Amino acid sequence: MSSAHETAGRLPAEPEKATLEGRNKILGFWLFLAAEVVLFGTLFASFIALRNQVPEGPTANELFNLSMVAISTFILLTSSLTSVLATMALHRHHLNGLLGWMAVTVLLGAAFLILEIYEFYEYAHLGHKFASSAFATSFYTLVGFHGAHVLFGVMWITTLILQTFRKGLTVVTAPKFYVAGLYWHFIDVVWVFIFTIVYLMGKVG
Amino acid sequence: MAHSHAVKRYSGIMDWLTTVDHKKIGILYLAAGALFFILGGLEAILIRVQLLYPDQELFVGDTFNQLLTMHGTTMIFLAAMPLVFGFMNAVVPLQIGARDVAFPFVNALGFWLFFLGGLLLNLSWFLGGAPDAGWTAYPPLAGSQFSGRGVDFYVLGLQISGIGTLIGAINFLVTIINMRAPGMSFMRMPLFTWTSFITSTLILFAFPALTVGLVELMFDRIFGGAFFDVAKGGNVVLWQHLFWIFGHPEVYILVLPAFGIISEVVSTFSKKRLFGYSSMVFATVLIGFLAFMTWVHHMFTVGLGPIANAIFSVATMAIAIPTGVKIFNWLFTMWGGQIQFTTANLWAVGFIPSFVIGGMTGVMLAAPPADFQYHDTYFVVGHFHYVIVGGVVFGLFAGAYYWWPKMFGRLLNETLGKWHFWTFFIGFHLTFFPQHFLGLMGMPRRVFTYLPNQGLDEGNFVSTIGAFLMGVGTVIFLINIVVSVSKKYAASADPWDGRTLEWSIPSPAPEYNFAQTPLVRGLDALWKEKMAGNKGMTPAEPLGPIHMPSPSILPLIMSIGLFIAGFGFMYHQYVLCIIGIGITFVCMLLRSVFDDHGWHIEKEELEKKGAEA
Repeated sequence: MSSAHETAGRLPAEPEKATLEGRNKILGFWLFLAAEVVLFGTLFASFIALRNQVPEGPTANELFNLSMVAISTFILLTSSLTSVLATMALHRHHLNGLLGWMAVTVLLGAAFLILEIYEFYEYAHLGHKFASSAFATSFYTLVGFHGAHVLFGVMWITTLILQTFRKGLTVVTAPKFYVAGLYWHFIDVVWVFIFTIVYLMGKVG
Repeated sequence: MAHSHAVKRYSGIMDWLTTVDHKKIGILYLAAGALFFILGGLEAILIRVQLLYPDQELFVGDTFNQLLTMHGTTMIFLAAMPLVFGFMNAVVPLQIGARDVAFPFVNALGFWLFFLGGLLLNLSWFLGGAPDAGWTAYPPLAGSQFSGRGVDFYVLGLQISGIGTLIGAINFLVTIINMRAPGMSFMRMPLFTWTSFITSTLILFAFPALTVGLVELMFDRIFGGAFFDVAKGGNVVLWQHLFWIFGHPEVYILVLPAFGIISEVVSTFSKKRLFGYSSMVFATVLIGFLAFMTWVHHMFTVGLGPIANAIFSVATMAIAIPTGVKIFNWLFTMWGGQIQFTTANLWAVGFIPSFVIGGMTGVMLAAPPADFQYHDTYFVVGHFHYVIVGGVVFGLFAGAYYWWPKMFGRLLNETLGKWHFWTFFIGFHLTFFPQHFLGLMGMPRRVFTYLPNQGLDEGNFVSTIGAFLMGVGTVIFLINIVVSVSKKYAASADPWDGRTLEWSIPSPAPEYNFAQTPLVRGLDALWKEKMAGNKGMTPAEPLGPIHMPSPSILPLIMSIGLFIAGFGFMYHQYVLCIIGIGITFVCMLLRSVFDDHGWHIEKEELEKKGAEA
């Protein structure tokens, strides 16, 4: 990666904000996340309204296995840490560190997804299917939307890593990694709320 | 950067399909919006023909339901929204002294998503019937038990076009925050830019609620979900909340840009600075904030209880205060001004009393005990048409006459314009004024007929005559467009002796907008220079090569992908869904992997054009 080091020598201090395109992209992405907050807020509101409506099938208390969810939570929160380490590597213009930590983030995201698919599969066996009750429909929609966001993030960051092998770290690729990091934090924060409102309140409330 | 000249530039139809120029996208929005406006208008006239006499049997039952549903849905989502976006595209970058929007590619994508979503929705007429559950699509009526395939078209068509609207709003927010010319501080922005800014904020926070509502209705209808299925624990009032949390801000999303247009037009044609500029800005922000606090006034009769109704009643009435501030500011702007009654200003002056009537009936409806009487009657129909037609449509017509020369390089004919105004204005009041009284006499909305000799005959007859007159007015406008387009470029850069930056550049605006970014020295930037005796704006930079984004076909193909996936969902052909969404994702991948280096307009080319002009 000698070419990357040459590029790194010429990069400005915060390469993601060096161009107007980069600044536009970051601001636009923050606004997009604001819209995502409303999107998930609405999904949470629907879930809270319907979470005790279980005329048929298992209730939240019977269903949830907190130890498995705790493992998922641990994996996803760790991936947030690795994405921060990637952004810090970006600010040090350290391409290998950036790509390495982003790859770890992607792997942790994939592990989370595998656990979630297994979890859904198990629930379906226990009679908790998408159409079985309003609780089930709103559960799968909320948690499924989050899972789809994780899946999109995994695919997106993978393509970023692959294209950056060729392009190196530039003022064009830096904003892409920076907003991908923002995105990854956002889906982690959403998961914190899912863990609290769906799983903990499902066990206790 | 000579290599960046290699980018292919298209001409003819391919130019329009691949354009990322905000001015061309603005024209596309206006053309598509006008098309849907005519469709929705024809549906309205058919509704009024059915109601011309009592006991008519032209469009009965289901057909009538489809007509009124499609009239409402088309007019709100496919006519008013794109027309507003058309003017925002055409004008906002020029008013802030920007060469382009922040995300030209996303801007094009927003248009194509809107257009293909609208197309999908309207194809329902030929594929098993249009949606028939009202534009509000309340379940259980909109559930699969009571409504056919039409509501699937509604859900998917609006979803696709809604994504387009959302990304369009993000584009305008970033453009206005990041791309203003030197000296163009927030409190020097023209009011149309301000209202576009607040409208984009409302879209950002309101549309995701609609997205989720539509997803839930779609999951219920297509995958057998239970959100609104009471037998499985679902809750139909949930839809009403989600719909109106989006739906009430939507009203302000539409009307705020119209307020902005009126502010520009009134100020220009009174030859005065807008009275109370800062209070105007503050009122806009306040209306935007209160827009999210009032959705329950659409649900007073649902039974949420006296406390909820009282709170939302007070919040609703509070909106009358900033709106009143605006009305008085327009009046005081005209006070003592040198008023010219051009067609644009006629629309603006006609707007003020018409909108005030709509606002007053709004305050009447905001009182829950009275609302129990008005609810679901023609009084409500009269009220919201005064706001949407007397407010939004009048504003859009004012904007059309005002900015036409800047967009197309030709003026619209003033004589035809005045015919257009008077036929439409009189037709509008004939149509909707009697509807208030029909409602007070108990005529329910959305019902396809009424009995004779109940006191409803005359009002309905007059209303239908008025609708035809509005149709005549629209035809005159179309003739005016044809007459204008058949002429050569003739408009000067500044035909109205304007005040804001868009009048400092040639008509039509060149593709780079400003050869040199202007230096803004105050509110009404161009007027300030005129008063200082300068011929034009002072440039903030030397003449140099201008970087332009490359045209791209990808936005259209991405939208076609989602269009195909929409059909897949509707007909449970999941292979089609995967293909459609796959097309969209592949386009996103291509966009990410291949960087757009753009191309440059060289200094020599700019100097040549400058010399010709």
